[in-house]
Amino acid sequence: MMDELDRKIINVLQSGFPLSNEPYAEVAAQMGITETELITRLQGLLDNKTLSRFGPMYDAQKMGGSFSLVAIQVPEEDFDTVTEVVNSYSEVAHNYQRDHKFNMWYVIATETPVQIGEVNRDIEQRTGLKVYNFPKLAEYFVGLQLPV
Amino acid sequence: MATSPVKQASVSGHNIHLDDIDRRIIQTTQSGLPLVSRPYDDIARDVGISADEVMMRMHNMQQSGIIRRIAAVPNHYALGYKANGMTVWDVPDDRIDELGERVGALKFVSHCYHRPRCLPDWPYNLFAMVHAHTHEEALELVSRIADLLGGDDRGHDVLFSTRILKKTGMRLIS
Repeated sequence: MMDELDRKIINVLQSGFPLSNEPYAEVAAQMGITETELITRLQGLLDNKTLSRFGPMYDAQKMGGSFSLVAIQVPEEDFDTVTEVVNSYSEVAHNYQRDHKFNMWYVIATETPVQIGEVNRDIEQRTGLKVYNFPKLAEYFVGLQLPV
Repeated sequence: MATSPVKQASVSGHNIHLDDIDRRIIQTTQSGLPLVSRPYDDIARDVGISADEVMMRMHNMQQSGIIRRIAAVPNHYALGYKANGMTVWDVPDDRIDELGERVGALKFVSHCYHRPRCLPDWPYNLFAMVHAHTHEEALELVSRIADLLGGDDRGHDVLFSTRILKKTGMRLIS
């Protein structure tokens, strides 16, 4: 179970971390704890999966990759088969089932925009279902800061 | 290890140059920052440059947006945020940038994007992810977005995730 100090560490570290020689000591001092205590707690929160990661969050698209969000309306009886087809592509990074007529939503990540279309056409041919492509046209905000 | 000489990425008019040293810093840190007293010294040793240069280059990557920020990423399921809704909105195209900025600024919105409509099946052009402990709490957040949009909300929907079918960590550079 998380205690007050765990919560405080998560809240503080969600907003950022310094680029300095001894950044853990710097943050720990601001929180009134020792550097060792901060590092130990942080390791614990990563080990028990309370945090999914800690470090630089890179914007993969700015590094030259191509991404798109794609949706399919999958008939319930075909859901497992279509899931297997879609998940078989290494370009499919995430795939979620959602409670909607558009019940399958996945993210494709490729090196070039052309490859997004290729994967989508391939999935359409193999499943016989229409694929709806929702590439990002503008990004207004990305960043998860949940108070805990 | 990636050894391409100079990689140039062009996004919305900005040219971002990543050289081989930047790529090695990314490769070394993409799974996380070392949990040691002097983490940038560790990275510097792996890359073969000074810690000062590591910090300078990471600072530059923050300035150019390659690094969104250096931070802890919570596993929202583990923190009790079990109702994760993709809210979608049909708003006027000529107002979407202003509205998107305002919706994205809401504390409980984690991602906010303009995406194309696919008419007639899909009329929505603004996507905003919300995270809540319960279904009811999520619907309350949806109504707060609806209030903010007012008359510009020409229709909306919420799609709750019911199952993760695939989730692979995206390796940026292998």
